[in-house]
Amino acid sequence: MRFVPTPRFSRSAAFRFALVYALLFSLSVVLLFGGFYWSTAALIERQVADTVAAELRSLADRYRDEGIGGLHLAVQQRSAPSADPENVYLLTDRHLRPITGNLRSWPDGVVPDGSWWQLHLYRRAQEEGPILVGARAFQLSDGSRLLVGRDMQARRQFQNQLLQNLVVSLILTLAIGVVGGILLSRRLLRRVDDVTETSRRIMDGDLTQRVPKGRSNDEFDRLAESLNRMLDRIEALMSGMRLVTDSLAHDLRSPLTRLKGRVELTLLGPEDLEAYRQTLEQALGEIDIIQTTFNDLLAIAEAESGASRTRLEPLALDEIVADVAELYGPVLEDAGMQLVVSPLEPVTILGHRQLLAQALANVLDNAVNYAGEGGRVDVCLKRLGEQAELSVRDYGPGVPEEAREKVLERFVRLDAARSQPGSGLGLSLVAAVARLHNAGLELEGAEPGLRLRWRFRVSAGPVAPERQELEFSGGGPTSQMAGMPNTGSGT
Amino acid sequence: MRVLVVEDDERTAGYMVKGLTESGHVVDRAADGHQGLFLATENDYDAIVLDRMLPKLDGLSLLQALRASKVATPVLILSALAQVDDRVEGLRAGGDDYLTKPFAFSELLARLEVLVRRSNAPAVETKLTVGDLEMDLLARRVTRAGEVIELQPREFRLLEYLMRHPGQTVTRTMLLEAVWDYHFDPQTNVIDVHISRLRQKIDKGFDKPLLHTVRGAGYALRADP
Repeated sequence: MRFVPTPRFSRSAAFRFALVYALLFSLSVVLLFGGFYWSTAALIERQVADTVAAELRSLADRYRDEGIGGLHLAVQQRSAPSADPENVYLLTDRHLRPITGNLRSWPDGVVPDGSWWQLHLYRRAQEEGPILVGARAFQLSDGSRLLVGRDMQARRQFQNQLLQNLVVSLILTLAIGVVGGILLSRRLLRRVDDVTETSRRIMDGDLTQRVPKGRSNDEFDRLAESLNRMLDRIEALMSGMRLVTDSLAHDLRSPLTRLKGRVELTLLGPEDLEAYRQTLEQALGEIDIIQTTFNDLLAIAEAESGASRTRLEPLALDEIVADVAELYGPVLEDAGMQLVVSPLEPVTILGHRQLLAQALANVLDNAVNYAGEGGRVDVCLKRLGEQAELSVRDYGPGVPEEAREKVLERFVRLDAARSQPGSGLGLSLVAAVARLHNAGLELEGAEPGLRLRWRFRVSAGPVAPERQELEFSGGGPTSQMAGMPNTGSGT
Repeated sequence: MRVLVVEDDERTAGYMVKGLTESGHVVDRAADGHQGLFLATENDYDAIVLDRMLPKLDGLSLLQALRASKVATPVLILSALAQVDDRVEGLRAGGDDYLTKPFAFSELLARLEVLVRRSNAPAVETKLTVGDLEMDLLARRVTRAGEVIELQPREFRLLEYLMRHPGQTVTRTMLLEAVWDYHFDPQTNVIDVHISRLRQKIDKGFDKPLLHTVRGAGYALRADP
C-alpha cells in the first residue's frame, strides 16, 4: 500500500536535507582540523625557536670563553655529517664568506639581530631542493656572523599527516552524513508521504481513509492524530449534510404528496365552496407540518455545522433550565402531569441560549407526548466538579435499551409513537445540540421511565448579562412549578 | 397606515400588497433595493417591510443607508435566513423586527401594527389601562375594577405586553419572543396554556372578558367585544 512514486530523488526534500547536513558536518570537520592545526603548528614552531635560542646561547658562551677559534671548532663539530642533520649552522667572516657550517651561503636579506626567521635554505652537502628552516642570526664582535637554525621538517610531516587525516575524515563524514541523512530523512519523510498518499485517496473520494499513526506520540503522530480528527469532523459534516438532504426528501415528500393529492382531488370534484374551504384549511395544516419539519432540520443543521460554536457565550445554565421549566410547567399540568424541579445549582457554561432552550423544550414536549397522563417529570441540575449534569427523567413507558441509540437519530420514531404528532426530529436536535456543546448525552432506563442526562463542561467565564426581570427561581426544596397547587393532576 | 413593501418576488409582493390593502392600508411597492431606498427617503411611511435579499442593493445595506440618513421609520425585515445569528445581524443593522419566510399573513399584519403603534407610543409609562383593568408598573400591581389580582412574574410580563398593545392582535410567536425571548416554534402550544391561565386570573368572575382569542392569528386584549 505504501509505494508513492517519488519524482526524482535528487529533487526530494530527503535528498536536500541529507546534502545540507553532510555539508554542514564537513564544514565543521574542516574547522575542527584547521583550528587544531594552527594551534599545534604554532606550538611546534615555538619549541623549535626555543631550541635554537638555547643553542645560540651555548655557542655564545663558547665564543666568550674560547674566542673565535673555539666557536669555529664547535660549529664544525656540530655541523659534521655525523651530527644531528636537523640542525643548521653557518659561520661567515665579515664579508659573508662561509667559514664553516652545513649551509652553502649566507641567505639573502637576513639581518643578524637575533630575531626569528623562517627561511628556505640550501644545505651544503646535499643536492636536494631548499629546506624550510627556522633560524636566528648574530653578528659577533669581530664582524663575523653566526646563523643557527633547525630544520622544520617535523612540522611539515605533521602538516602532511594532518592533511591526510583531514581528507580521510572528510570522506568518512560526507559518506556517513549523506547515507545517514538519506536514511533518516527518508524514514521521516515516508511519514509525510503517508499523509500525502492518504489525502490523495481522500481526494479520490474515499472519505474513510485515515493517516496511519505510530505509537511514539512524536510530532508526526500528533500531526496524524489532528489530521484524523479533522477528517472525522469533515466526514461527520458531510454525512450530516447528506442526512439533511435525505431527511428533507424523506420527511417533506409525504406531506407534499398529501397536499398535492388533496388539492388535485378537490379540483376534480364538484364546485363546492364548503369543500374548497375545507381543503384549503387542510392544506394550511399540511404546510404548517412541512414548515415545522423544515425548521427543525435547519436547527439541527445549525447545531451540527459547528458554525454556531464560534458564537457560544457564557450562560447561566440554571437560568435557562428554570426558564424552560417555567414555560412548560403549566403545559405538563394541563396534560395531567407534574414537573418537579429539584433545586438548580448555579452553573455557567459556554452555550447557545436558543438552541439549548429548544433542545430542553423538545425533551419536555416528548415527555408530554409519550410519558402520558398522571406521569411526572423530574428535572435536576447538579454540579460535579468541572462538569454539570442536567437530567430529565420521565415516568412513562421508557425506551427499550436496544433502541436508545437509535432514537437519537433523525426521523426515528418507535412504533408505539407513530400515532402521536411530531416530526421525529426532537431527540436528534437534542443530540445535535449536545454535540455542539461537547456535552455527553446518555439515555438510560429509569424503571419506570427514561432518563436523559447531559454532561456539560463548566466554564469559568463571566455570565453575559441576562434579562433579570424574571425572579423565577428553582430554589427551595423540590419546588412545584409555576406556583400551582400540587394537585397531581390538572384539568 | 402607509406601508412600503420592498420585495423583489412578484408573487410574494403581490400577496402582501393585496392583503395589506384589504386590511385598509395604503401600500407602495419597490422591486429592488435602489427603488426601495429612493421611496423610503422621499416619502413618509409608517412602516417598511424589507426583504433581505434584493437586487441592486441588499436589504441590510439599504437599512443602514436609511438609518444613516436619519430615517427612523420602523422596519420589519423579511428573510429566508432563519438562524439566530442572521436575526441578530438584521436587528443590529437597524431593523425593528424580523420575520422568517414562509410566514402567515396574519403574523405579518400583527407585527406591523404593533411596530407602528410602538413607534407612536409615549416613551415612559407608569400606568397601563385597558377597560377596568389597571397595571401599575412602578408598584408592579394589577387591579381589575379595584380588585387586586396576584400574578406570577412571568404572567405579569405577559399581561404587560398585552396591555401595551391594547386592541391589537398579538401572535403566539410574538408573545414567545417578547415575553420569553425564544425564537423557536414549540411543538406544543405552550403560549395557549399560559394565556388560559392568565385569562383565569383576569377574566374569571367578570361579565365582560378582556382577553380575546383571534381565530387563526393570536390574541387581543380589549375592552369592547
